[in-house]
Amino acid sequence: MQLDLLVLFPVLLPMMAAAISVILWRSPLAQRIIGVVGTSGLLAASIWLLVATRREGIITMEMSGFPPPFGIVLVSDLLSALMVLMVGIMGFTVVIYSLATAGEEYERFGYYPLMHLLHAGVAGAFLTGDIFNLYVWFEVMLVASFALLILGGKRPQMEGAVKYVTINLVSSMILLTAIGLTYGLTGTLNMAHIAQTFQEVDSPMVTVVAMMYMVAFGIKAGSFPLFFWLPASYHTPPVAVSALFAGLLTKVGAYALFRVFTLIFTQDVEFTHNILLWAGAITMLTGVLGAAAQFEFRRILSIHIISQIGYMLMALGLLASPDIPEEAAHLAIAGGIFYIIHNIVVKTNLFLVSGVVYRLLGSYQLKDLGGIYRHKPFLAFLFFVPALSLAGLPPLSGFFAKFAVIRAGLEAYQGVVVAFALVTGLLTLYSMVKIWMYAFWSPLDDDHPRKHKLTEPNDATTWVMYTPIILLLICTVVLGIYSEPFFELTLASAAELLDPSQYIEAVGIADEISHPIEDLPAGGGE
Amino acid sequence: MIKSKSLILRTATRFLLPLQLLFSLFLLLRGHNEPGGGFIAGLVAAGAIALYLIAFNVDETRELIRFSPHDLFGVGLFLACIAGIPPLLMGHPYFTALWWRPEFPFFGEVSLSTPLLFDVGVYLTVIGAVLAIVLALAEAED
Amino acid sequence: MEPLMAFVVGGLFAAAIYMILRRSIIKLVIGLILLSNAANLAIFTAAGMREGAPPLIPAGGVEPMITPSADPLPQALILTAIVIAFGVLAFAVVLIHRAYEIVGVDDLDEMNTTDETKELK
Repeated sequence: MQLDLLVLFPVLLPMMAAAISVILWRSPLAQRIIGVVGTSGLLAASIWLLVATRREGIITMEMSGFPPPFGIVLVSDLLSALMVLMVGIMGFTVVIYSLATAGEEYERFGYYPLMHLLHAGVAGAFLTGDIFNLYVWFEVMLVASFALLILGGKRPQMEGAVKYVTINLVSSMILLTAIGLTYGLTGTLNMAHIAQTFQEVDSPMVTVVAMMYMVAFGIKAGSFPLFFWLPASYHTPPVAVSALFAGLLTKVGAYALFRVFTLIFTQDVEFTHNILLWAGAITMLTGVLGAAAQFEFRRILSIHIISQIGYMLMALGLLASPDIPEEAAHLAIAGGIFYIIHNIVVKTNLFLVSGVVYRLLGSYQLKDLGGIYRHKPFLAFLFFVPALSLAGLPPLSGFFAKFAVIRAGLEAYQGVVVAFALVTGLLTLYSMVKIWMYAFWSPLDDDHPRKHKLTEPNDATTWVMYTPIILLLICTVVLGIYSEPFFELTLASAAELLDPSQYIEAVGIADEISHPIEDLPAGGGE
Repeated sequence: MIKSKSLILRTATRFLLPLQLLFSLFLLLRGHNEPGGGFIAGLVAAGAIALYLIAFNVDETRELIRFSPHDLFGVGLFLACIAGIPPLLMGHPYFTALWWRPEFPFFGEVSLSTPLLFDVGVYLTVIGAVLAIVLALAEAED
Repeated sequence: MEPLMAFVVGGLFAAAIYMILRRSIIKLVIGLILLSNAANLAIFTAAGMREGAPPLIPAGGVEPMITPSADPLPQALILTAIVIAFGVLAFAVVLIHRAYEIVGVDDLDEMNTTDETKELK
């Protein structure tokens, strides 16, 4: 088994699953089977990739056999492999959940193929080592997400989708323009080669291009002041789609920022990373304040995504501090990566719980909910643990993620930003307690039309919905209580990111530009 | 969509359609080394069928293409994905171009290759996707 | 040539942003189309405009057959970007068509129920 094939599988498997699933679009049963088989294959491939990357170091794969910087190269370093693993876990759990929630009306309009396509797009964006290819994967992901967003075709979905499509398209076009300028400056598109070339380019344009990337990825990530598409749209689609979006999509933007601002744009960190730092601080506060004003289950959760993105930006922005000790820099990046992983797990889980609550009581409005703790204590427990984890209470995963970022902030003497982070943590707890008090703790009105639903025992489909929630809950508990090996992994990943020469060396840009056509198997071309 | 009343358009379309489809195949096969290729050929073919849709109506168009656009899209995507696999089996990286030039009676040497398979996949995907959109819009007009 | 193209690109971007900020949803889509064209022309200009022959290299050689030759990469990028923009914009057209059918107005100011804290129906 060649090692480089492992890098290919997480992209190829969902792509194939999407194709087969479209061919069998008439049979919902076949689509469900392919959904489960395809995502378990993706999960297995992503675990294998992480193990191999941990053991062998950075793995690369040259598409079509063109050596870099000519061809497209897929690169799996620890950050990429970890993120792909999250795609695997999210894909698998959300598809299991969909078995119970995606009705025929979604299945007939290509629910499963679009899910697979989304997984392929996200995995491709995590693995590619070519900046233009990153744009292409972003578009694959966006087209799939546009279509998933309007499945069902209700009015709020349409309104949300118009904003989502417009702002994301604008972001893509800014990214495309930035890529064009990058090519003009460096004459290459391979990220490792760009990083190498930018070390020699001394032009104010470098910072201009850096800002364009920051805006483009900032829109995708949902950072202040570019997040307005997110609260308008994330609470509108079917709940499994919301959960997947909440878990994965904004994190692709965060990943791209981590990649580009550790590998390529490290010339002027005091300028660029300071902007990231303060954008992060304001992002977390605006996000959490926005959520405090809401009284709808999914909207509170979706506006909270923004506030969580703030912590990730802050972790990356800490590199701006001029007298940051090296260990603190490693801790900041490791904390940021740990935060992304923790947030993907917990956020998806909370959305899945909101779906179960909706199934029972038929509403997302907090005022219409209640009595769940009394009648369904197990469901209340399934909400309680990830909610506390999101708020950052020990010993759950959120505590360690926040602890690492905040400690790195203190060591970098960024007291004000740390204060922002602590206040945000407190307000997060307030929002979670608000959901808890209204939906779970308070008694349900006696004349509530669906009260009987609560007193009945769970049916089989509800247990199908519980399974992925329990799996993700185990993930967050394990990430918290048994966090050391995971934290070591993110520290190793931070070490890779902060020493870009490893990445550049692994991609292996040829010093002497050799003739690529000679390397083709016999008979290539005419 | 309102059925077109133009006799000229309907008669001309009957003759133009095969010509356009032939041209799209020509573009598909000359691609890779000369201007052309799966995407533009797929657009030409989809354009031909869209013309038929304007001249006739949705039901007749669905009858004409026989396959559902979904099927075309799925098969195309599948072909494009597996076009990269033969080189893997021979130990080359994914998507490496492999060429096979068998001799056929009457035709002489014919160049077959994995890029051709990929292009055929793109061709079907583009036809499927464009037709799905066009038919959806036309049905919404009804 | 480059300064002229810079003005063209700038003009296209300005027009695109103006159209996107209009209230009509149709004009929004026109703005997005202009934006994608502006981005493509920006790539074209930024990559350096050269008069040159097609960059064909004879089998086994290293240098192009005719020098100076054009840089093929920006052309490939633009081609890919056009294809992607075509797909996404085709989707956007279907989307706004359905949005128009469901919401019944061609006015973005009327499409703000998801931003309000009021109850959704």
